[in-house]
Amino acid sequence: MFRYILRRLLQMVLTFFGATFIVYALMFANQDDPVQALAGDRPITDSQRQILTERYHLDEPFLQQYRYYMEGLLTGDFGTSLTGRRISDMMADAWPVTIKLALLAIVIAATVAITAGVVSGIRRAGTFDNVTLVLTLVILCLPIVVLAPLARLVFGVQLGWFPPTAGRDASWWALLLPAIVLGSLVVATQLRVTRSAVAENLRADYVRTARAKGLSGRRVIGVHVLRNSLIPVVTLVGVDIGNLMSGAIVTEGVFNIPGVGFNLFRGITTEDGPLVVGFVSILVIVFLVVNLVVDLLYAALDPRIRYA
Amino acid sequence: MTEIRAETDVLPGVDRAAPLLEVTDLHVEFRTRYGVAHAVNGVNFRVSPGETLAILGESGCGKSVTAQAVMGILDSPPGHVTGGEVRYRGLDLLPLPEEQRRRVRANRIAMIFQDALSALNPVYTVGFQLGELFRVHRGMSRRDARKRAVELLDQVQIPLAKARIGDYPHQFSGGMRQRVMIAMALALDPEVLIADEPTTALDVTVQAQIMGLLAEQQRQRNMGLILITHDMGVVADVADRIAVMYAGKVVEEAPVHDIYARPAHPYTRALLESIPRLDHKGGQLNVIRGLPPALDAIPAGCPFHPRCDYAQDACRHDPPPPYAVAPGRTARCHFWREVVGDE
Repeated sequence: MFRYILRRLLQMVLTFFGATFIVYALMFANQDDPVQALAGDRPITDSQRQILTERYHLDEPFLQQYRYYMEGLLTGDFGTSLTGRRISDMMADAWPVTIKLALLAIVIAATVAITAGVVSGIRRAGTFDNVTLVLTLVILCLPIVVLAPLARLVFGVQLGWFPPTAGRDASWWALLLPAIVLGSLVVATQLRVTRSAVAENLRADYVRTARAKGLSGRRVIGVHVLRNSLIPVVTLVGVDIGNLMSGAIVTEGVFNIPGVGFNLFRGITTEDGPLVVGFVSILVIVFLVVNLVVDLLYAALDPRIRYA
Repeated sequence: MTEIRAETDVLPGVDRAAPLLEVTDLHVEFRTRYGVAHAVNGVNFRVSPGETLAILGESGCGKSVTAQAVMGILDSPPGHVTGGEVRYRGLDLLPLPEEQRRRVRANRIAMIFQDALSALNPVYTVGFQLGELFRVHRGMSRRDARKRAVELLDQVQIPLAKARIGDYPHQFSGGMRQRVMIAMALALDPEVLIADEPTTALDVTVQAQIMGLLAEQQRQRNMGLILITHDMGVVADVADRIAVMYAGKVVEEAPVHDIYARPAHPYTRALLESIPRLDHKGGQLNVIRGLPPALDAIPAGCPFHPRCDYAQDACRHDPPPPYAVAPGRTARCHFWREVVGDE
């Protein structure tokens, strides 16, 4: 087990360097004139241009730039954005709200998906099962660029049930609607996976044994079927956490939440290399750590899996 | 024992003087979208304390379905019990509400299954799965239940029971796993044990050990044992009586020695003749021609007539009743006299 974790951590280091390198290269290759992009439509003087170019090493070759960047990164310095703000400060603002949003989304999605999935798995082809099937198909078909503004318009503006924007230092309540929208991104697949896992496990021999033991139906489902059915769902939820972190771009844009997605989107449009690479680096780490945790959880849920 | 039985003795309608388990005219069908499969079509048998009844038959003859109907664990839908009675000590279990039926399971009638690896839950330790019985049915604490679980593993001769209580099913060998299953079935001291092909998944030496263990536990506890099998070799050593099933019916029921010496039904006779014998080495094996009928198209009359050497016109129209061949011995064959007399 210990050796397995160690090996995975070493792999993560390699993946991390590879991913940051690729992102950095993409930003570099895409660069047109970042100094002008920064200034927008206003004209920029030669001396200003020179100062900025030197500060961000814009005239040096790519590998050299990457080296400067990694040196800073490894000493805990994310550098400064082209806007002049320290990136670590921006992260301190952005990450907590995005983590809050993603966690809320995943809790909502998993709760709905597992509850509904278990019920429709037990009553296959019943009314509830068919209704959820249609609903999940509708949700799957609606892209989030449609769903997010629609939800904001209907529930935030017209009905006024939720605050239409969240903003900085958003409360849990203000994040609820964006979280539901974000969660709908993953709820459908989670529900279908839960449903099929429950349906499959219900037919398993050990369920017959559990019933032969005179256990109540509730205990057979809640203790014996559920534990086995959750194994694939947990994997999916783990992967979804990573997806939601990065998938928050649209939701954060629509609901005006200054989180990771919001910053990334701005960084990409303004060709702000250091900003984008910094945020993506952390996203990569989040992805890797979540994946490791999921794999370890997998072994905890299913004793037949052993890592060596 | 009285204190342990306390919970289930409140079952109304149980008469201690009545026969232990009596199944009368049991019918089970499976309603699928492709039609209705008649899996069990009027099965009768009876088991007394200390007695071993073997239910013998080919795959698909309804023997496992019968067992599951007696336990009340049929998959329903599609399975439905459409008629008959299952009397435990005089109390018909079939109309009982699920809550009461549930208390009979494991407490009074317990069951072990064929493949212990899939029949045990892979994600819980054997200690948990054994202890669960005591916690649910006896209201014991986790610690007490665990203690009882260790005692049970000891009783079924699992070495180092105390150390293995925290192991998962996949960490046991096939034979040991079946012992765990047996321990689970014996946990609440049932009066009837149904063993559905308990040794089919095991190799021959282990089969003998498991059968020995079952026989020993049965003697000690004076249980009625229903042994479901397709293996005539297993049956000969342990059974007191044999019920041979074909197409959802018991076609012959007899004491074990009588059936081996003088079968009274052509099907039983054909089964016995199809056992490979050492003194026939090199010769061709005897087989029963044809296949068992599909359960949604059982032939009219005697269901065995298309495969039967004794079949005559009557067999195609009149389903044979259970003729009394001798006291305690029946055969559903119009021509049982010829079969018995035919050497």
